[in-house]
Amino acid sequence: MSATQNEAGYGTVNGVDLDAVQEGVADPSQTVLSARKLIKTFGKVIGLDGVDLDLYPGEILAIIGDNGAGKSTLIKAATGALTPDSGQLYLDGREVSFKTPQDARAAGIETVYQTLAVAPALDIAANMFLGRERRRSGPLGSVFRMLDKSGMKADAGKSMANLGIATVQNMGQAVETLSGGQRQAVAVARAATFATKFVVLDEPTAALGVKETGQVLNLIQQIRDKGLPVILISHNMPNVFEVADRIHIARLGGCAGVITPKSHTPTEAVAIMTGATTLQRG
Amino acid sequence: MSTTTTSAPASAAEQFALRRQSPAQRIQHVLHAQPALSPLAVLIIAIIVFAIINPRFLQPQALSILLQQVAIIAALAIGQTLIILTAGIDLSVGALTVFSMLIMASLASSGGVPGPLAILIGILVGTLGGLLNGFLVTRINLPPFIVTLGTLSIFLAAGLLYSGGSNIQSTALPDSVNWAGTVIQFGRFRITTGVVIVALMAIVVGFALSQTKWGRHVYAVGNDIEAARLVGIRVNRVLLSVYTVAGLLYGITAWLQIGRAGSASPNALTEANLESITAVVIGGTSLFGGRGAIIGTIIGALIVYAFRLGLSLAGVDDQWRVFATGILVIVAVGIDQWIRKVKA
Repeated sequence: MSATQNEAGYGTVNGVDLDAVQEGVADPSQTVLSARKLIKTFGKVIGLDGVDLDLYPGEILAIIGDNGAGKSTLIKAATGALTPDSGQLYLDGREVSFKTPQDARAAGIETVYQTLAVAPALDIAANMFLGRERRRSGPLGSVFRMLDKSGMKADAGKSMANLGIATVQNMGQAVETLSGGQRQAVAVARAATFATKFVVLDEPTAALGVKETGQVLNLIQQIRDKGLPVILISHNMPNVFEVADRIHIARLGGCAGVITPKSHTPTEAVAIMTGATTLQRG
Repeated sequence: MSTTTTSAPASAAEQFALRRQSPAQRIQHVLHAQPALSPLAVLIIAIIVFAIINPRFLQPQALSILLQQVAIIAALAIGQTLIILTAGIDLSVGALTVFSMLIMASLASSGGVPGPLAILIGILVGTLGGLLNGFLVTRINLPPFIVTLGTLSIFLAAGLLYSGGSNIQSTALPDSVNWAGTVIQFGRFRITTGVVIVALMAIVVGFALSQTKWGRHVYAVGNDIEAARLVGIRVNRVLLSVYTVAGLLYGITAWLQIGRAGSASPNALTEANLESITAVVIGGTSLFGGRGAIIGTIIGALIVYAFRLGLSLAGVDDQWRVFATGILVIVAVGIDQWIRKVKA
């Protein structure tokens, strides 16, 4: 792939020299996640057409793109929900292949799905630990298989507090009694608590009002500031330009370029996304 | 750039704490947290009303009869609760129990198999029947309603074919097979060993549901099967285990039924399907899955049989009991629909 150029230059973000980054393909040993030449076809439809993706430590990478541009397919391939037909994935410089989302999760990647994947009738603590329940110590746990309910509740509260989520205090509250933003916060907190490599958020603000959107964006920044890189998939340009460090523009199963909120305006991003302009390639 | 809106959550929290609730909303929240409360209230009111109409209702003899009558349906309703919690339904409960019972009794009487072994084989048949239901639901991906409608006929026919449609009396059966009918006397209370076993079943399953990882996964699968799958719960394994455990419970109940009825009859438990579902629904377990508890089911079964006994002691036509049960079912589902809409 040829390098993309821009008069303004990209500068550095979080210590990463973006000018160097844009020069073709990064060295996977510097990235948290690198995808190389991913191809995925669905019959005659080309989902991914040899796309590359790089996620650097401590950054929020937004992935934008029109419907059908391949952003969902790309992220599914990176998190084990889909197996690409060909191409490589590198996690911390080591080549990996995920056959199921569980493989990706075991490797330290947490995804917050648009549907949130919560059990509405269960309480916040139960949802935080869903699928990862802890048992009590001693014979109550080993013989009677009892859950460590109070321990999990306390830890769920700590996780929420660590992320500055003050809107929900009672971890024993059923998730269905929460507002949309609060539910989102629970799902994001769960991902941030258990991820060790990075967190993927799929359209986290799509269903939220203005105020709740602000809270979720704040939460995303909190996660980044605690050292976990974030991949944010979004349609919402103002949101993306508010929080992203870099923006990967998906188009027609490929990548139309990687920009930053400083190098381009939202209008330019939309133009690149829709194909009205192309990033000049040197 | 990362400290733009730090103060926003605190004000939302204040708003959340200051929200106003109408009395109806408060009731909705309480019932949402404790769905067994409304059936409990119905049971207590029913007991008080029936005791006023006929004081014999509260006498030990009447209560002993109530417990013995309710035991079998309560036991089947425990298995039914597990399945309904996963948003399924089991129409084969009566047929599978009768099938297990006929095999147990035939083996022990004409088959010449030792009693305890016949009991174990009968329970195993129930378990395998449940496993078959679970297999069809999870591997062939058929809706539980259709699967159990099919196995209802299959188990019923298999039982009749195996037994030749004959009734096996307790006198032809070894003591071990009849054991569940043994009376335990507490003063003027007379309960049976079968009642004690049903109580144990309720405690064990209730504990597993509320205190273990398996139980939590049962609720999660019933709540939102896709979400459960996404968080890494092995959904099919949970469903298979639920149907199998239900079958095991039906197999045990087959044994209890022989002790209770004093015979193994192919015509037994004809109303068990609807009665077990009725007990589960009246007990506050949602037909949509994911919410409910064993304690509610036990209360639900007690309500049905308290109405039966109370109305018969009041000298009312038994059809009024059927009538009242119908109203209770509709009210129970209505309450469930209402509390599911709870909002913060």
